Amino acid sequence: MWMIGPLGFAVPWLLAGLLALPVLWFLLRAVPPAPIRRRFPGVALLLGLTDDEVETDRTPWWLLLLRMVAVAAAILAFAGPVLNPRPEQPGTGPLLVLLDGTWADARDWTRRVDRAAAAVEEAGRSGRPVAVLRLTDQPQAVVFQTAQDVAGRLAALSPAPYAPADMAAWEAFLPEGNFDSFWLTDGLDHPGRAALADTLADRGRLAVMQGAAPVLALRPATFADGAVQLTALRQPAGPALEVEVAARGPDPSGIDRELARVTLAFDGGATDGKAALSLPPELRNRITRFEIAGIRSAGAVSLTDDSLKRRKIALIAGREDREGLQLLSPTHYLRQALAPTADLLEGGLADVLPAGPDVVILADVARLADTEAAALTEWVEKGGLLLRFAGPVMAASDVSRVTEDALMPVRLREGGRTVGGAMSWGEPKTLAPFPEGSPFHGLAVPAEVTVTSQVLAQPDPELTERTIAALADGTPLVTRKVLGAGQVVLVHVTANAEWSNLPLSGLFLQMLERLAVSTRPGGMGAADLVGQVWVPDMALDAWGQALDAGTVAGVDGAVLAEAMVKGPGADLPPGLYAGADRRVALNVIGADAVLTPATWPTGTAVEGLDMQTERPLKWALLIGALTLLLVDILAALAVSGRLSRLGRGIAVIAALAVFAPQAKAQDELPLDDFAIQATSAVVLAHVMTGNPEVDDVAEAGLRGLGDRLWERTSIEPEPPMGVDIERDELAFFPFLYWPITDDQTLPSAAAYAKLNAYLRTGGMILFDTRDGDVAGFGGASPEARHLQRIAAGLDIPPLEPIPADHVLTRTFYLLQDFPGRHVGAPVWVEAAPPDAEQAEGMPFRNLNDGVTPVVIGGNDWAAAWAVDDNGVAMFPVGRGYAGERQREMANRFGVNLVMHVLTGNYKSDQVHVPALLERLGQ
Amino acid sequence: MTASLPLRTRAEALGQSLPPLLAEAEMLAATVMLGEHGRRRAGMGDEFWQYRPAHAGDPARLIDWRRSARSDATFVREREWQAAQSVTFWVDGAKSMGFSGAKDRAPKSDRARLLALALSVLLLRGGERVGLSGDALPPRAGRTQLLRMAERLADDTADYGTPQAQGIVSHGRAVFLSDFLGPLATLEDALTRAADRGAKGILMQVLDPAEEEFPFDGRTIFESMGGSVSHETLRAGDLRARYLARLAERKDQLATLARRMGWHYHCHHTGQGAQTALLWAWRALEGGR
Repeated sequence: MWMIGPLGFAVPWLLAGLLALPVLWFLLRAVPPAPIRRRFPGVALLLGLTDDEVETDRTPWWLLLLRMVAVAAAILAFAGPVLNPRPEQPGTGPLLVLLDGTWADARDWTRRVDRAAAAVEEAGRSGRPVAVLRLTDQPQAVVFQTAQDVAGRLAALSPAPYAPADMAAWEAFLPEGNFDSFWLTDGLDHPGRAALADTLADRGRLAVMQGAAPVLALRPATFADGAVQLTALRQPAGPALEVEVAARGPDPSGIDRELARVTLAFDGGATDGKAALSLPPELRNRITRFEIAGIRSAGAVSLTDDSLKRRKIALIAGREDREGLQLLSPTHYLRQALAPTADLLEGGLADVLPAGPDVVILADVARLADTEAAALTEWVEKGGLLLRFAGPVMAASDVSRVTEDALMPVRLREGGRTVGGAMSWGEPKTLAPFPEGSPFHGLAVPAEVTVTSQVLAQPDPELTERTIAALADGTPLVTRKVLGAGQVVLVHVTANAEWSNLPLSGLFLQMLERLAVSTRPGGMGAADLVGQVWVPDMALDAWGQALDAGTVAGVDGAVLAEAMVKGPGADLPPGLYAGADRRVALNVIGADAVLTPATWPTGTAVEGLDMQTERPLKWALLIGALTLLLVDILAALAVSGRLSRLGRGIAVIAALAVFAPQAKAQDELPLDDFAIQATSAVVLAHVMTGNPEVDDVAEAGLRGLGDRLWERTSIEPEPPMGVDIERDELAFFPFLYWPITDDQTLPSAAAYAKLNAYLRTGGMILFDTRDGDVAGFGGASPEARHLQRIAAGLDIPPLEPIPADHVLTRTFYLLQDFPGRHVGAPVWVEAAPPDAEQAEGMPFRNLNDGVTPVVIGGNDWAAAWAVDDNGVAMFPVGRGYAGERQREMANRFGVNLVMHVLTGNYKSDQVHVPALLERLGQ
Repeated sequence: MTASLPLRTRAEALGQSLPPLLAEAEMLAATVMLGEHGRRRAGMGDEFWQYRPAHAGDPARLIDWRRSARSDATFVREREWQAAQSVTFWVDGAKSMGFSGAKDRAPKSDRARLLALALSVLLLRGGERVGLSGDALPPRAGRTQLLRMAERLADDTADYGTPQAQGIVSHGRAVFLSDFLGPLATLEDALTRAADRGAKGILMQVLDPAEEEFPFDGRTIFESMGGSVSHETLRAGDLRARYLARLAERKDQLATLARRMGWHYHCHHTGQGAQTALLWAWRALEGGR
């Protein structure tokens, strides 16, 4: 096949015929159109008249061009042009189809599967055995099977939200012998890819299909310079590109929605782009994920954990009167530690509490005013974290001395102790390793951290369990007490370096982090994770959709720490992992991840993924040529004067008829006609569901009901109408019958507004789920569920099963039950107000002064009412005489219902007539 | 005349065509109410001639009671007796008259013959004598003459007809029906000879609408009906204006010629109804008297 761009020709030598076109041009040009001979007596008057224009003895150029194009089209057509011809893939022997199946594949997974299916199908046609493997799976033996076996499995494959750990591991599982390989790759370099590719190339022909669209990925967001810093990666680098990065999170009502959006620009040729997103802390704290808008891939999603959260911390110090002694300030180190990652609130306790801080830190504050203490206690009990540091003031005070203060975790011994000072015997105390169960468990204890002074806890029974950090000699250093939903933590040393050098060490920061007082801007390192068990809270699939992680066993911090570096794997999918107090996001793309392009063995054919369908153009061109020749006939006739004027008109009309798009017939009833038809008499109406069968039954049912009404009552309805709730005015109809199918479309907002207005202004809708035989009304059947979806937007009052004394049971007939084609399913109507009572001792409450706006049931009344054009029932109901009785009851229900709609509360008032007459008589 | 054809074929063709043609002509003539021209027979007109005494055999209703009342005798009022006119027809039978611009339109010759016969019917009813010019049929009265005329109206082999003036009775009337697209000289010659004999008459030009509109376009070879004259053009549409100018000129010449000779000229199109032409001809013959 000979190719020009995407166009191939099956018989290219025929194109040489195009060379003859200029010759044809001159030939055609030299030959004028044949003259027409006319008998015309007036010729005597013409004698001697000459033509004005001599050159018109040649064919007009446009006619020539028309013919040239026609001939050229014919020549091209016979040359067998094919658009996007599929290059034939010769090959024998088994075919191995490999799919990367990584997150980067998710974006165009369907096309990849289609392409793989096409390859499998083609191999199947030539009888080659096929195997398909997804490289993100655990390596397993590859077995060649028939294409039919494989094709069924192919559609069920889905990508994984991680990259394969080591592709080369598959080498050991490859079958013996030579085979061809077809590798659908995401274009990124994954571990072991080159080795596997080499092996495959050794074993047979290796063809690689690679998507053309660049792979885009988003690194975890960091917080720096007062803004959220976003970095996106792409591979391969292309021209300048702008993508939108959306930040999503719950809005104040808890619904997940887009909170912010920023444009991220890639420079031309650059593989990464950056953007900064400045957000108010309130908004920023709510962000749960960043995602590149419009790209469904786990790599384009970056979950945020606590590292992006900025907590509001109130810092309150007892002594702020010592000017200039900054390093001695009780809050200096706290401020240094917390300022980068938290929003600090400073001021009086009464001032900061209304601001809703997450944490309140009291540095060496002993005594609180009663009102302050009460407010603080209330705040802690609602979930606040109160962190207190000891200090000279506390040591000197008698707070929590005799009885435990509510805002202190322990009782304190008087005075505290000083060890290792110039005037004491002992050495400064070091810290003991953090016990299991402590939030600090797993943190390394540096040897240089020593404590020289501290306040001492009274040895109370709860002291052991309240101690979460202790000195080497067992003296509690940090104690904690749960108070309501919150907790009170006391650090038995000062927050400055006066009593210990703990505030100077890195451990201080880590301890603050573990207490969830502060968060670390750069994410958590291995040291932060080790020692705790992390339970998957939420997992991502390959498309970046959040999945419930279910009850998956937790993973050890060390494993998680390793995954944070190497990226998620099969046993550790990306998602959110919850520890004791914090949550950690394991993202597909780590903070330092880069996207490197895959390299292939030399000589490997790398093709684009776009599988353009082969399209033979021969017939299109031939038809085009034929059309042009037809036009040429008309044109030649016109030029030679053989086309009379009438004929010309016909030709033009015919041409228009051929080329004009088919006008769509409008079958809509004009609005006025609709209104007149609907209001000329009482017209029962049913809602068009879009299902012709159901609509036909509904119409036949209302026709049958109309017949019964005409025979038995003074209501004489016109033939029923179907209404389209989207388009038609509903106000004309007193009664709508709405059969529910499980596939009808939900009404639009405008239609809902119309329906609600209809219900509020006295209309009645009879919802019929038509499933009374298989499901009691209660949401079990698909129709009932769909009814719930439909009714969600409707202004429907509280409902109750129709009570025995409802006016509907006696508007015309006295009824006990309301069968349709099915019997027994409950029928629901608007509930009576709670204060409704039986009126004047009559067995008949003065229910719902108006009419119930909805009647909901599943008895398929329309089928019971339905009659054909001859008035014969269309559907059998029940069996024998009992069935006919049931149909009669169904008809009576219909009569009662329409009577109820049309008479409103008149019928319920009738019950008072004896009483009224009696009063009048008096 | 197509003498080469067998007699029987001709007779059959005539038998097929003549009765409808005659019937049509009678019908056409019946649409015309006879005016003053027809009152030349006794009892039919107003023109007073004399009163004569009634004699036996006169119907009583013919007696002029007003005149009779003035005397004792009864009188019959008689009208002027006038010698009948001889009207000679020349109906062009040349091939050019066989032209029809549309399939559903009869050729010009049909219309010309129809008009001639219808006019003859009227004239014969009026007591005139009608005949054909040339040596074909001298003018005679009576309905039989109508049949004879119908027989003699025949096709010609020439492309364009040559008007025949011989046979026109002195001081008689003549009716020339043709398309007058042939050479004008022959017409002029014939008219001159007719005028020499004191004959007056009408020129009725019968044209097809196609000849008036010239609805042709493209490369065309126009041929006369007999093929003797041809003209080729590459763009017939360009000729239209000039053709129409020439046609108008021809009509003008005809009108001028007719006026000079004291004749009447009228152009009739086969696309129109025949009745208007018949009325005009009737009026023109009457007016020229």
